[in-house]
Amino acid sequence: MIIPHPLLGPCDAQEFTYLGDASLIARPDGMAEGAADAFYDYLYLRDNPAGLHRELWYHEQGDRSWLVVTRNTLTHEIVTVELARDVARAEGRGR
Amino acid sequence: MRYSGFRILKEALTGHKGWRPVWRSPEPKPQYDIVIVGGGGHGLATAYYLASKFGQARVAVIEKGWIGGGNVGRNTTIIRSNYLLDGNEPFYEFSLKLWEGLEQDLNYNAMVSQRGILNLIHTDAQRDAYTRRGNAMLLQGADEQYLSTDQIRREYPVLNFNDARFPLKGGLAQRRGGTVRHDAVAWGYARGADLRGVDIIQNCEVTGFRIENGICRGVETSRGFIGAGKVGVAVAGSSSRVMAQAGLRLPIESHVLQAFVSEGLKPVMPGVITFGAGHFYCSQSDKGGLVFGGDLDGYNSYAQRGNLPVVEDVAEGAMALIPGLGRVRLLRMWAGVMDMSMDGSPIIDRTPVEGLYFNGGWCYGGFKATPASGWCFAHLLATDTPHPTATAYRLDRFRKGLMIDEKGMGAQPNLH
Amino acid sequence: MRLQQGGQIDRGQKISFRFDGQYYKGHPGDTLASALLANGVRLMGRSFKYHRPRGVLAAGSEEPNALVELRTGGRQEPNTRATMVELFDGLQAMPQNAWPSLRFDALAINDRFSNFLTAGFYYKTFMWPAAFWEKLYEPIIRRAAGLGSITTQPDPDAYDKGYLHCDLLVIGAGPSGLMAALTAGRAGARVILADEDFRMGGRLNADRQSIADMAGADWAAQAVAELAQMPHVRLMPRCTVFGAFDHGIYGAVERVSDHLLTPQPGKPRQTLWRIYSKRALVCAGAIERPIAFANNDRPGIMLAGALRAYANRWAVSPAQDVAIFTNNDDGHRTAADLMALGVHVAAVIDTRPDAPPLAGTAVLAGAQVTDSAGRLGVRAVTVRLANGQSRKLAVGALGVTGGWNPNLGLTCHQRGRPVWEEGIAAFIPGAALAPGMAVAGAAMGHFSTHAALATGAEAARAALADLGHSAPAPDLPRTEDAPTRITPFWHVAGTQRAWLDFQNDVTIKDVKLAHQEGFEAVEHLKRYTTLGMATDQGKTANLGGLAVMAELTGQSIAQTGTTMFRPPYTPVALGALAGRSSGRDFRPTRLTPSHHWAREQGAVFVEAGLWLRAQYYPRAGESHWRESVDREVLATRASVGVCDVTTLGKVDVQGRDAAEFLNRIYCNGMAKLAVGRVRYGLMLREDGIVFDDGTAARLAEDHFVVTTTTANAVAVFRHMEFARQCLWPDLDVQLISTTEAWAQFALAGPKSRAVLERLVDGGVDLSNAGFPFMACAELTICNGCRARLFRISFSGELAYELAVPARYGDALIRKIMEVGAEYDITPYGTEALGVMRIEKGHAAGGELNGTTTARNLGLGRMVSTAKDSIGAVLSRREGLVAPEGLELVGLRPANPQSQIPAGAHLLAQGAALVAANDLGHVTASCYSPNLGSYIALGFVKNGAARMGETLRAASPLTGVDLEVQITSPHFYDPEGERLRA
Repeated sequence: MIIPHPLLGPCDAQEFTYLGDASLIARPDGMAEGAADAFYDYLYLRDNPAGLHRELWYHEQGDRSWLVVTRNTLTHEIVTVELARDVARAEGRGR
Repeated sequence: MRYSGFRILKEALTGHKGWRPVWRSPEPKPQYDIVIVGGGGHGLATAYYLASKFGQARVAVIEKGWIGGGNVGRNTTIIRSNYLLDGNEPFYEFSLKLWEGLEQDLNYNAMVSQRGILNLIHTDAQRDAYTRRGNAMLLQGADEQYLSTDQIRREYPVLNFNDARFPLKGGLAQRRGGTVRHDAVAWGYARGADLRGVDIIQNCEVTGFRIENGICRGVETSRGFIGAGKVGVAVAGSSSRVMAQAGLRLPIESHVLQAFVSEGLKPVMPGVITFGAGHFYCSQSDKGGLVFGGDLDGYNSYAQRGNLPVVEDVAEGAMALIPGLGRVRLLRMWAGVMDMSMDGSPIIDRTPVEGLYFNGGWCYGGFKATPASGWCFAHLLATDTPHPTATAYRLDRFRKGLMIDEKGMGAQPNLH
Repeated sequence: MRLQQGGQIDRGQKISFRFDGQYYKGHPGDTLASALLANGVRLMGRSFKYHRPRGVLAAGSEEPNALVELRTGGRQEPNTRATMVELFDGLQAMPQNAWPSLRFDALAINDRFSNFLTAGFYYKTFMWPAAFWEKLYEPIIRRAAGLGSITTQPDPDAYDKGYLHCDLLVIGAGPSGLMAALTAGRAGARVILADEDFRMGGRLNADRQSIADMAGADWAAQAVAELAQMPHVRLMPRCTVFGAFDHGIYGAVERVSDHLLTPQPGKPRQTLWRIYSKRALVCAGAIERPIAFANNDRPGIMLAGALRAYANRWAVSPAQDVAIFTNNDDGHRTAADLMALGVHVAAVIDTRPDAPPLAGTAVLAGAQVTDSAGRLGVRAVTVRLANGQSRKLAVGALGVTGGWNPNLGLTCHQRGRPVWEEGIAAFIPGAALAPGMAVAGAAMGHFSTHAALATGAEAARAALADLGHSAPAPDLPRTEDAPTRITPFWHVAGTQRAWLDFQNDVTIKDVKLAHQEGFEAVEHLKRYTTLGMATDQGKTANLGGLAVMAELTGQSIAQTGTTMFRPPYTPVALGALAGRSSGRDFRPTRLTPSHHWAREQGAVFVEAGLWLRAQYYPRAGESHWRESVDREVLATRASVGVCDVTTLGKVDVQGRDAAEFLNRIYCNGMAKLAVGRVRYGLMLREDGIVFDDGTAARLAEDHFVVTTTTANAVAVFRHMEFARQCLWPDLDVQLISTTEAWAQFALAGPKSRAVLERLVDGGVDLSNAGFPFMACAELTICNGCRARLFRISFSGELAYELAVPARYGDALIRKIMEVGAEYDITPYGTEALGVMRIEKGHAAGGELNGTTTARNLGLGRMVSTAKDSIGAVLSRREGLVAPEGLELVGLRPANPQSQIPAGAHLLAQGAALVAANDLGHVTASCYSPNLGSYIALGFVKNGAARMGETLRAASPLTGVDLEVQITSPHFYDPEGERLRA
């Protein structure tokens, strides 16, 4: 596979390490009420879609960017690639 | 019809006119006591044991394609029970015992071949971990044996003993492990179930569950509604897709695992070996092909095909372990969709929807589990209690912190 | 026999080769198959199941029959298709799967029992008694299994890998491929043209029709010459594109040296190319299919197109008298070509009642071949004429054609589904091709040469237009454009065996039985009968089988469907896929900065992941590794030792929020760590299980250096980057992995400070007060060399870790040894390191195995509840905090000289060896020279409450069973006085 890196252009997927669903960005607040349930849901349950899947790839043998790749799990077609940091910020994560 | 050598003799002399379909192709009935979704190894085994051991007469297996077309038809055919953890070992040992009597039970020769499986050791730390596992197996009543490098050399002279990057330091052998002709498992269970009245319905895709007041009443299918007292889902790589139709999210990701076969060769590999310093395992089929595989491609996929990097990685493992393979040719590569769970161990449990039962999360170990998975799922469906060897395979174990994590990789499915 | 004239062979040169012990001569340009036919050899192999005598069926890579063991010794290469072997001087080949000889094969007895050995018979028998499968039946089956044999010698040849990039990859250099490459190449596109053959041209080399008023082969040569002049076009003959993978990546194997006796010096045998294409054009041509009839497998019976190819390209015919069996016009062309070359065509047997006539021979319209005769090669065929009469034709060869199938392989690799094309009675590629892929020429079902040229040019233009380039439409050279006329005909009715899959001996009877038993789905048919599962993957067989099944079920072939073609297109050598990553080069070897020095000292090395670390340093007179290790431990504890700890992961953490970041990464508090101080840190995974441990040293307000274990260095850094970028993107923190940047040495022992004082540049107070336990500093050593100093201790002694830029690592170890000589400084390896850590009860790999919690390790109180750190929440789940949990303990044997094996399980004294009694296990074990006893660490249920209890430690696997006493894991200096000294 070839991942079009938003900064570096097309890169071979071999340069990357895969983590999983991009929902792992949405880490719950560990000090909040009901954190145990929220963390269970966050860490263990997956939509696991057959189709478009937003997922985290790490450019381990490259620039060390975490990317959010939107890829079709039926065809492996890659639709969009974003810097995970930008996605995280857009989802309201900061400090 | 009973199969036997005499039967073959008789048919051969009378023009093979007596052979009948191995399973019928019935029209679905409007209502069954139990409907199994998924005509793979686990689904067919479940139906067989429901009918043969739990006295369930009104059972149907519905399959969206042809039976045995999922992972039971695309694996590396290995059976073994070499597990470490208490939650796993009794279950897989139960499975191995069922394999040992399977052909006589089914009257179908699935070629269960206990040629042994050998896990190779390359570091002291690995030796310690394997020793712990071997002892755990012996404590559980399974068989396991420590082999020195010299013993391994006698059995597998083709391995790299001279210039290995990771020198061989011994191995753990389970002599009762081995291989089984994978397609025949599906066919044998199908035949056994069919003979006991189970309806096997191919080309029938589940499109939804009919759930009324939190109770599952049956399945909507491409061939209409089929009512059921209980519905058991055993669809491996499609688990998330099917269970989503009942509104459930699972601790499962679908990943692609490739497997490979070489051209036919005169026998060189007596049993199954696994490389401890790379992702490679290998056996030789009765036809002579080396059957081998390695690691997951690593990304979520439903595509039943993989990519070149893993092919190369597996070939590197092959060459590192068996240098004589350089001129052997890879004949065919294929891939299956694995229901990778969050701790690498399966789930056989009821679900929050009454009447809906789930069997999945087999990762890439589902084939060897087929008989016990079928039996235990049948036990659960028939009695509403877990089989004693499958009590740990609960759906709520992640919430409670009771993971069964053989590899210690945590909640990352592609690492199990 | 060799024909008098013609052929693309160099008749001026003779090369000699050997097959089955006999010497023969051939010419450059021959394949092994053509040269054998030229020498009158028709019998080349035996079939898999019935050991039937077999000759060559095809002239290309689809060959199912003529498989040989090529070459000898470490180069022995089983199952090699004689049709794909380019003849070279000194070639040696042996037949395979035949014993004692190819002409007399004992297992041909199987053929007599074929009525009992039907499809799937083995599923119905060999079940009683159960044990006999492994003991009797299977060994017999396995003795007969397989085709060729592999060598046990290592392959002496090298394999390479490479990457190629192009605008357009053209797969196949027949008329459509050449025209496509010309069109794109002339337009300036970067083109790769790959063909599995050693001579480009495809069918143009095998046929006689002309292009642009010249022979097809000459036109092909001219096209190749033009392409060779284009610097942006890469011609790759002998290169098989075997797989279509995601995103336009194709796998290809170039057979660099397979046409030579041995590779030229420095050249690989084969190269695996990963071709990154923007667009790909499959011009893979078509594969002819046979018609099944009784005994249609005898040597001399071959595909008509192959007969034609042998005659035209290699000037060879298997016999002087031949016949053609056809259902289409292409069979007539074969007959005409053969007659033009002087071969006698006894008749053209055409199943079509309206078959056209052909000058020079009799066309038997509406006739069928019903049988053949000849023990080791066809002597005669029986023909049933349209009027029902039978006629025998004495021929030495029969060319059979049932039509042509587009070569679909690559078009299916991404699950493209072929569709049925009635006009040619064959499957063509479906619409859903891999992105960027197109198909042209015969591979798309365009069988005339004109159509091949036209579609090749058109597809190339379309591909380039897609990429934003324009290519002018070429003037297509004039050539034939005859429509393909075919009347589908799959098999001759009859009761005898008629072969569909030659290699696997699958006959029509087998398909009928499969149908009778319900194996009607194409995949069931394949798996039950083994149709299409041989080394040729059914290239010539599959459609015939499907057609018979369709006939039996009353469905059309289109409804019946087809099985999947999967990679590789043709089999690929594992050596090529592995490339250079074999033997010692299987994986890279990482060397520590002190490696060369350690080797000079005679150190014994051990693998630690990819690293090689010094395990111990034997001295003269030491005969056992334990002697060396004991000495290293005692010397370190008595005076001072030095150990290379560079392999530990190191991460530089900088930024205003560095402390806050680490506070969230580690489960224990890090926010308030003072500058100049170090703290032990425990890192959890989000699931609450211990991930890793190490130290965090605060060099400045906004600067930390953290260490990880050797094993987890990569994973921890990845995890920290994940947290930084994905969880808290606005924390002001930057990370750099500096594992390789700093060489780091542990100096341990009561004299370590004295040694250090001789290294550190003046002005640094190294006294216990000035630089206490868990202090850190940046300083200089040896007159200005930048260094980092940490007073941390894994050994339990007064100890330091001293880091310098990696390039000074070798110099530093030599300097340390020099200034430490006064204290008899002793280098120690990983074994002594392990002994000292067990003596101190520090957790390491055996305890940090990804399944243990902080509580298990006795560190439960480290998990802060006052903050949100990774893993804290889920570490509190009921299953992880249940009473009766495993706790880390020390273990001492009743007899100090009894080893406690790691991996032993722990049970109550006298308890039976069953899992229900299992209380825990031993994680690490060693001999402690300080205690004069073997000791061990282990996990025991409720271990902390069991101090002093005696347990049974049993390792039935290794035959060890002994009594051990539970102690504190801190065997040595439990109060830690030495490390604070």
